[in-house]
Amino acid sequence: MIQEIKFLLQKEILLEYRQKYAFGGLLLYTISTIFICYLSFKGFIDIPGWNALFWMIMLFASVNAIAKSFIAESKGRQLYLYSLASPQSVIIAKIIYNTMLMLVLSAINYLFYTLFLGNPVQDKLMFLICLVLGSTGFSIVLTMVSSIASKAGNNSTLMAVLSFPLLIPFMISLIRLSKNAIDGLDYIVDYPFILMLSAINLIVLILSFILFPYLWRE
Amino acid sequence: MRRVWWKYAAIILLIYTFIAGFLLDVPRLPILHETIRNLYFHVSMWFGMIILLVCSLVYSIRYLGNSDLKSDLWASEAAKVGVFFGFLGLATGMLWAKYTWGAWWVNDSKLNGAAASILVYLAYFMLRNSLDEEQKRARISAVYSIFAFSLMMVFIMILPRLTDSLHPGNGGNPSFGKYDLDSNMRMVFYPAIIGWTLIGVWIWQIRIRMALIKEAMYTLEDSQKRE
Repeated sequence: MIQEIKFLLQKEILLEYRQKYAFGGLLLYTISTIFICYLSFKGFIDIPGWNALFWMIMLFASVNAIAKSFIAESKGRQLYLYSLASPQSVIIAKIIYNTMLMLVLSAINYLFYTLFLGNPVQDKLMFLICLVLGSTGFSIVLTMVSSIASKAGNNSTLMAVLSFPLLIPFMISLIRLSKNAIDGLDYIVDYPFILMLSAINLIVLILSFILFPYLWRE
Repeated sequence: MRRVWWKYAAIILLIYTFIAGFLLDVPRLPILHETIRNLYFHVSMWFGMIILLVCSLVYSIRYLGNSDLKSDLWASEAAKVGVFFGFLGLATGMLWAKYTWGAWWVNDSKLNGAAASILVYLAYFMLRNSLDEEQKRARISAVYSIFAFSLMMVFIMILPRLTDSLHPGNGGNPSFGKYDLDSNMRMVFYPAIIGWTLIGVWIWQIRIRMALIKEAMYTLEDSQKRE
């Protein structure tokens, strides 16, 4: 199974490298959004606003990015894939690929955000941990929701409607943790949030692993 | 009579709850005063919601096991009644909050978690509506239902305990049990939970029968048209 995962992952990365379709679109979307926010706020933004806006942009960019993960394949190719690889390998490969995409996205987001709106973050290590946890979480939840939505006809409204309620409490913890990081608070304050975020990531990962085979049957 | 005894029991329990709930003595607590009586309604609603959503989860898992559309029907109707109880829980909670905390809604993690859970289940219904083919709809909504229930448990049980909260029992506040439940309140509280849950199950059964009758009607109409 590890071989299958490696192979599927390589396929995804190769496709992306050749076409740069998702990555390019994502980059453009993120930078445009940040630029518009910069223009609206006229370059001056207070810390809670900085924090909240950062995660809002991440949220919408992630939903856009991962919505495309299951629709790109045509019917014939999906049937071929179905006969070759086990569903668990498919979902794990997609999750790993989307996590990588999300990490890159969050790095770009942070970079351009700092460029336009300043960098008030005091505890950079904790903020990075927050970014990693957030990216992983978005990727896992959104990959699962995207697979559900792809079976329902790829309506992008459905994707958004299904994902937002699931992400709300996740976002709340994430924003609290990132605010603590920006303010440079002591690590002991952060432990419950880190625990919570890691727990959600783990639970959703296990659920996806168990439930995806039922979705995969054509 | 044997098969409907529980319906009579539900009615009697609820009448008891209403009468005893308002007439029996309750302990006087600071800030809460007499509003503690809302415990019989607000908390019972949430218990009822969780029990019905557990039923929905069980029938979703059953559907994934046996692929019988009846299990799917039972699961979706249980979810509907569960969400209805959830709305009632939110409404009673908001009413209670207005008179004790001063506002209809506060930025509290249990409230946010509860609202997010209701939204998750509303998304479940939207998902069901967007799929036409029966088996596919049943399978996909069963998967989403299992997903939604697990996350709901995280949102309303685990998350509030880890963060600050105004609710009793979470975020460092002692729960109600410490204050007063060892007195008269238990006598009304437990029957209230059982009564409201039985009413919820009754509504669920009626909805299932209605759905089955509608289906039989459509099948009959179809076969008549073809003749």
